[in-house]
Amino acid sequence: MSTEIESDGPAIEVPADAPSLLGKGTEGGVGEALSAYWSRVRGGDMGPLPAVGGLVVLVAIFAVANPLFLTQRNIANLFTQAAPLVTLAMALVFVLLLGEIDLSAGVTFGTAMGVFVKITQPGGMAWPLALLISLAIGAAIGTFIGFFVARIGVPSFVVSLGLFLGLQGVMLVIIGAGGTYILNPAPILAIENNNLPPLLGWLMLVVALAALLVVALIDRRRRIASGAPNPPLSIMIAKLGVIALLGAAVVFYLNQDRGSALHPLQGVPIVVPIILLIIMVGTYVLDRTRYGRYLYAIGGNAEAARRSGVNVALVKWTAFITCSVLAVVAGVFYVSQVGSADASTGTQIVLSGVAAAVVGGVSLFGGRGRLMHAVLGGTVIAVITNGMGLLSFSAGANLAVTGGVLVLAATVDALARKRSGATGV
Amino acid sequence: MTHPIVELKGVTKSFGPVSVLKGVDLTAEVGRVTALVGDNGAGKSTLIKGLAGVQPYDGGEVLFDGEPVSLHHPREAARLGIEVVYQDLALCDNLDIVQNMFLGREELIGGTFNEGQMEAEAARALQTLSVKTVKSLRQKVASLSGGQRQTVAIARSVVKKARVVILDEPTAALGVAQTAQVLDLVRRLADSGVAVIIISHNLQDVFAVADDISVLYLGTMTARVQAKDTTRDDIVGYITGTKTMTEVQA
Repeated sequence: MSTEIESDGPAIEVPADAPSLLGKGTEGGVGEALSAYWSRVRGGDMGPLPAVGGLVVLVAIFAVANPLFLTQRNIANLFTQAAPLVTLAMALVFVLLLGEIDLSAGVTFGTAMGVFVKITQPGGMAWPLALLISLAIGAAIGTFIGFFVARIGVPSFVVSLGLFLGLQGVMLVIIGAGGTYILNPAPILAIENNNLPPLLGWLMLVVALAALLVVALIDRRRRIASGAPNPPLSIMIAKLGVIALLGAAVVFYLNQDRGSALHPLQGVPIVVPIILLIIMVGTYVLDRTRYGRYLYAIGGNAEAARRSGVNVALVKWTAFITCSVLAVVAGVFYVSQVGSADASTGTQIVLSGVAAAVVGGVSLFGGRGRLMHAVLGGTVIAVITNGMGLLSFSAGANLAVTGGVLVLAATVDALARKRSGATGV
Repeated sequence: MTHPIVELKGVTKSFGPVSVLKGVDLTAEVGRVTALVGDNGAGKSTLIKGLAGVQPYDGGEVLFDGEPVSLHHPREAARLGIEVVYQDLALCDNLDIVQNMFLGREELIGGTFNEGQMEAEAARALQTLSVKTVKSLRQKVASLSGGQRQTVAIARSVVKKARVVILDEPTAALGVAQTAQVLDLVRRLADSGVAVIIISHNLQDVFAVADDISVLYLGTMTARVQAKDTTRDDIVGYITGTKTMTEVQA
């Protein structure tokens, strides 16, 4: 490929023997795929690279500074500590993709969980019904925000800030100042505090890998059927191989006994397969359905989407509903971890959620980001919190560092955006 | 094979007391490029918005394939196969070429995308227009040059199997070489059996690509001539109102 594409040069010359765009089932080489990736990175589309780099550095620093950091018990803790934040960050991806924001996502789960713990007190409602009610509360709050943003045109920043204050008031009414309700239903408590039997952990990994493999193979078959070129098979195998290796390492590590002689403790925390399911279903929706594609399109150029026949208002509206419902799921993980709910549940976490998404490579300007980015960013922030806690830093220092990382990540985001606008290739 | 596909007869449009279109006729023929020229405020945009169904006409008749049709909604225009390529390029920077070309009309299998099908069709559309300047269909549009973006926007109308394509100032923001490329593309689009209407202020471009030239002057169509039968000076005269011509020839 000697193709030269100049951004502002006079002509774009392509040799007459340039390969047909149609392809004939032929596949480009590994080198070609790698160089295409590299040119995307140089063009400012760095995706999660900074987060991965940051994660490696952080883990290295904390591992050297405190031998407890890499113990099996702490790694397992890390997974459960990160779960609410990671899920909240994934919820926020749906609105961040539109270039919008939901500052009330944290208090949304606070409100829904306040209701949940209150109505599931002994003698109260069965927990599955209460869970449905909580999710419905989330959907209602999302509908409310979406109405004002998509129908009336109020900036999401303002609507959700208003709700951030208003819902704290609602929580005070539901729970009462200074009151705390203990989380009662055992299955909800188990999510963050119990583990899968080792065998089930492996089964989870196999099922997840099989799902990825099946989707990838169906993709290839369809592309071959319609005569579109496929990416190299070796790349696909390498990707799946890396995921399989990482997954196997995690499952193996978590399946080791990390308890004491009296209390054996082993297995993958129950929350992990739930989050895995959210990632896989959510990514499938974002990548392969109209709804997902339109989220990206509106984030990129809402007017273009409208002119192409996309119902912009409806997509925006439902994005806020998706965000709020997923936020309630994050809330379930949160109360499961904490074991109770009070009038301040969820008031602190929302900015960490935004930070997690942005640190992971989700753009605040809309149109760019994936659920895995939110997971990575949430992990970075959880590692900072966990590692600094182990090193006995104060909560103040922890907050300051997390805030610094957010500003840094937003700066990288803004610079990447500038760069991709400036470079021709 | 040149026969009129769209005929506007005496269309009118007013905004309050201001009459913008005062009974305008316009014809677009299959396989031909019709240039629509006129000074600022002559009513070009209003005429086009009516054809796109964005801003319906107040009166007059629209014939499509000889049949009277109503154009009161963008969907009606789209169903007839009328596509507008807007000046400010309705493309999403963060999506790639295929995704942009199929935005709003994605190919699905069982509710999810058939990416292979879309990629193959996009490649065929670009080949129909003999586009060789695009390296990869999976490039983000943000990374394309102005000419390439215009190419994608025009190729989109091929994917949509448009029968009438309206180009609003397609060369306004382009350099010399890229302008030539886009004009080539417009020619090939018409040759593939599409009726093309091109709006331009640049008479050099108009004479380079158009078969017919229609001139709007203060809401009335003052001239419709074949490009080969006229001169730049005449057209400038029609545009500025110093010359008039009532005879209409196809």
